[in-house]
Amino acid sequence: MSTQAANKTRDEFDVEIIDTVGKPLLDDGKAIKMATRECNVFYADNQAIYNVDLDIGKNEIIAMIGPSGCGKSTYLRALNRMNDTIDICRVTGKLTLDGEDIYAKDQDPVLLRARVGMVFQKPNPFPKSIYDNVAYGARLHGLVNNKSDLDDLVEASLTKAGLFKEVKDNLLKPGTGLSGGQQQRLCIARTIAVDPEVILMDEPTSALDPIATAIIEELMDELRHNYTIAIVTHSMQQAARISQRTAYFHLGKLVEVNETNTVFTNPEHKLTENYITGRFG
Amino acid sequence: METSDHILHSFDQELEDIRSKALEMGGLVEKQVSNALQAVLEQDVELGELVAASDGEINDLEMNIDEECAGIIARRQPAAGDLRLLLSIIKLTTDLERIGDEAEQIGQYATQLGAQTGDQGMHTQLRHLGELAHSLLKLALDAFARMDDRQALDVAKKSRRVGKEFDNLSRVLITHMMDDQRNIKDALRVIWCARAFERVGNHSTNICEFVIYRVKGKDIRHANLKKIGKKLYPTLEHNEE
Repeated sequence: MSTQAANKTRDEFDVEIIDTVGKPLLDDGKAIKMATRECNVFYADNQAIYNVDLDIGKNEIIAMIGPSGCGKSTYLRALNRMNDTIDICRVTGKLTLDGEDIYAKDQDPVLLRARVGMVFQKPNPFPKSIYDNVAYGARLHGLVNNKSDLDDLVEASLTKAGLFKEVKDNLLKPGTGLSGGQQQRLCIARTIAVDPEVILMDEPTSALDPIATAIIEELMDELRHNYTIAIVTHSMQQAARISQRTAYFHLGKLVEVNETNTVFTNPEHKLTENYITGRFG
Repeated sequence: METSDHILHSFDQELEDIRSKALEMGGLVEKQVSNALQAVLEQDVELGELVAASDGEINDLEMNIDEECAGIIARRQPAAGDLRLLLSIIKLTTDLERIGDEAEQIGQYATQLGAQTGDQGMHTQLRHLGELAHSLLKLALDAFARMDDRQALDVAKKSRRVGKEFDNLSRVLITHMMDDQRNIKDALRVIWCARAFERVGNHSTNICEFVIYRVKGKDIRHANLKKIGKKLYPTLEHNEE
């Protein structure tokens, strides 16, 4: 760790002098689901992400934490090309899913986003019925052939999202009529209905109360057995509770990645320590 | 890793309060050990009784500190260095309380030894071991107060001498007992005191281990100190104590 970096305040901080500490790359023998190498993201002339090298392991929950504006959401959105929708946004470096370059010319971003799904901060169900919300992706991608298969898929997805019991008698009612926590689980059901491999979550519980949050966290822990999850969260306790690895971002740089236990008991980098202990000085 | 202030200043205040209390407890315990040693060496019955009766304040502080630590953990969810500080304070208070119990025991034996009319002088054999244990405790508490991990490692290495001193003392006392059976009663009292001082030394080592845990984040209990020293401080010279 650079002592020079440690003594600087957040405003003075010069991003050029950071090297990622900890273990951003997985050991040999561990299955890598997604990886980025020298990933840079620019908004027009402003660089938002600097040279991020990171592996995301199969069936792990990796939490990305850091102060507002540190680039963690930008980085997350690069992982399923959500940034493509922003004209001035440019991504460089190598980003892979199962070793496959997700920014390759022949890569269809719509198909990619079916494999790498996303759940957003505010629950955003379509203004349709609960059933149609979940069935939407499957219909779009032509995943099922008949009504009965679609019914099964909707039920299975809602069950996995822990919502089926609560809505099974009201499947044709609008999704927007559900409570916030239920809406977020509906969005998770919609995401998993297209059978993704990776689920990206951008502050999925920041609009929810603690009980609804706990239900989503429990759900994530179950989903981890079948999916890989990358979550951006402002709640350090949430990162500590649910993730196996934690990545700390600061001003567009990946400062530290380690096992979550290590990050929260004995972080290597002073900046990580300052952030997770509630200091910025 | 010295740290700046928290954004929440009340958190700094709470940590500082709890740290001061832990040091206050350390001061009381150190005084008890020092008095117990004096009582036993000078056959001061009054001082021995005072030591034996003064453990209550230490016990109260232990409970008070533990309760405050639990409160901070529940309300603040401390992490990293803050968490390690609290964990090491909780462990520190346990060891301090036990040192307090050892001092209380020594105080009681001092009372009994002081009440003897026939003086065989066996209690003077405790000087070396007692002073060593007392100085280790002082150094360990000093390392804790300043969070000086290097001093903590040095003290932990020195504490091995306590075991050797105890063995030497045992041999001397066995000789006294074999010389004259009438010595056995007092010799046993002296050896129990020696055992208590040895325990003080061992608890002081534990305190040093918590200092290193707090500063370096490494748990060095049950580890080879020489190897640990080389690993944590590769640039320093390491002499076997």
